[in-house]
Amino acid sequence: MMPASDAVGARDVAARTASRRRGGFARTVRRHPGIARLGAVAALFLLWEIAARYWVDPMFLSPPSRVIGSIQSVFATRGVPAALQVTFWELAVAFAMSVAIGLLVGLAVGLSRFSRHTFMPIILLLYGTPQVTILPLFILYFGIGPASKIAFGVSHGIFPIIVTIVAGVQNIKPILLVSARSMGANRWQIFRWVIFPHMIPSFFAGMRLGMTGVLLGVLLAELYVSTAGIGYFTTLFTQNFDPTKLLGLISVLAAMAIVLNEIVRRAEVHFGRWRAE
Amino acid sequence: MGERGSRRDRILSRLVQAAFLIGLLALWYLATARWGVSHLLLPNPVRVYDELKDVLASGEFVPDLRVTLSELAIAFLISSVGGVTLGYLISRSQYLIRVFEPLLAGVYSIPIILFLPLYVLFFGLGPASKIALGTTISFFPIVLNTIAGFGYVERIYLVAARAMGASDFQLFRWVLLPAALPVILTGLRMGFTVALLSILGSETIASLAGLGHKIVHLAEAMETARMFAYIAFAVAIAALLNFTVTLLEARGRR
Repeated sequence: MMPASDAVGARDVAARTASRRRGGFARTVRRHPGIARLGAVAALFLLWEIAARYWVDPMFLSPPSRVIGSIQSVFATRGVPAALQVTFWELAVAFAMSVAIGLLVGLAVGLSRFSRHTFMPIILLLYGTPQVTILPLFILYFGIGPASKIAFGVSHGIFPIIVTIVAGVQNIKPILLVSARSMGANRWQIFRWVIFPHMIPSFFAGMRLGMTGVLLGVLLAELYVSTAGIGYFTTLFTQNFDPTKLLGLISVLAAMAIVLNEIVRRAEVHFGRWRAE
Repeated sequence: MGERGSRRDRILSRLVQAAFLIGLLALWYLATARWGVSHLLLPNPVRVYDELKDVLASGEFVPDLRVTLSELAIAFLISSVGGVTLGYLISRSQYLIRVFEPLLAGVYSIPIILFLPLYVLFFGLGPASKIALGTTISFFPIVLNTIAGFGYVERIYLVAARAMGASDFQLFRWVLLPAALPVILTGLRMGFTVALLSILGSETIASLAGLGHKIVHLAEAMETARMFAYIAFAVAIAALLNFTVTLLEARGRR
């Protein structure tokens, strides 16, 4: 039942009579917010197209139609496909390292009460510091190649994973541990059959947050280094006032980020489900 | 575990924490003073401390700090006013929530730092591009939390208030706002934190002034000791700001 039902009801009736006249289109839109959402996105792109064509200096903005057409020429620019490929590998390696190290550290810290009380404050302190301030140090230590970007990505991805793993281990009901022990389970069996299954949802939640962090870290470092990789090309396109190629390159990177985020999110939905049932 | 045991544990864990930090400092000192790690890579902690004292005493940090803080203030002002207003308007109808919330959440999942090169193209290297990025990044948690705060107030409260004859303003002041405020405040705090991060980050990547710019400038000049001093200063400022905001949030929740 809707609230303030009189007003809404009246509007509903009005919409219904109107929709009957207009072949039910308005009603379809009311029933399916997805259609209105698509409409909003389309309106936004239309606005962008019109603004870029008629209002804004073409040195600064180019219309989406031209950007989409130019993605081919972005890929044809010498060095861009290689830079994108390197960025993708950096993201993959940084993510894998964050998950592996974060899982180990998270378990080491989370599995005993003592180590949790001792090391969690330190980890939260590190997690809370703005790591961008030490980005120049990463470049100083690891050079301008992939190593510094991977390291910086790991430094962003690892903390959310540790924190969620620790929280996941911590949230196991003590009664489950006690009953497992009273039924004669040893440490390994408790880990395998009680802690491990309970950890899975928080593990995947941590992976999703870790992916967000890794994307931020790697892209920050890529943009910072302006003499190689993605940062070189964004700087180049900006200095040449070539918004078409710049937008094309950014769209490709955004698409990469969306796909990676979506994979991890799907995994979370899929594997996080059993507890809700 | 008994009461005495847990207390002993607490003291022990404080000791381990202290030992950890002291050990780290000692390693840092030994690495630079004894084991000959180049001071270009890792400056001596004593020298960093001297540089920090010098930075604070000379007041050299003031112009850069002013730039960073004013960028942050403007960005946060725009995004909080815009985000709360838009979030409130969207939250007034379940239909609008269903249309716009997934859209906003979807855009939020893209790393918005990617917009930085665009903003540099539009607004140049000055403060405007940092403000634009900070605004964009902090807008999303604020608008999403405002929608969540106003949009998911228990229906029964609204119906009950209406039944008791509450006017629109009374409904807003006494029902909607108290119910939504904690969630909105959380959004504002998250927005503030990410705005600070993104402004420091964009100053690091491309800028003319500000704390992030200063750190990069010192790194490029290979004045590592002074760079460490500035990093410590920036981290302290960020911690202070975040602490203040968290305190304000906790106070506003009551």
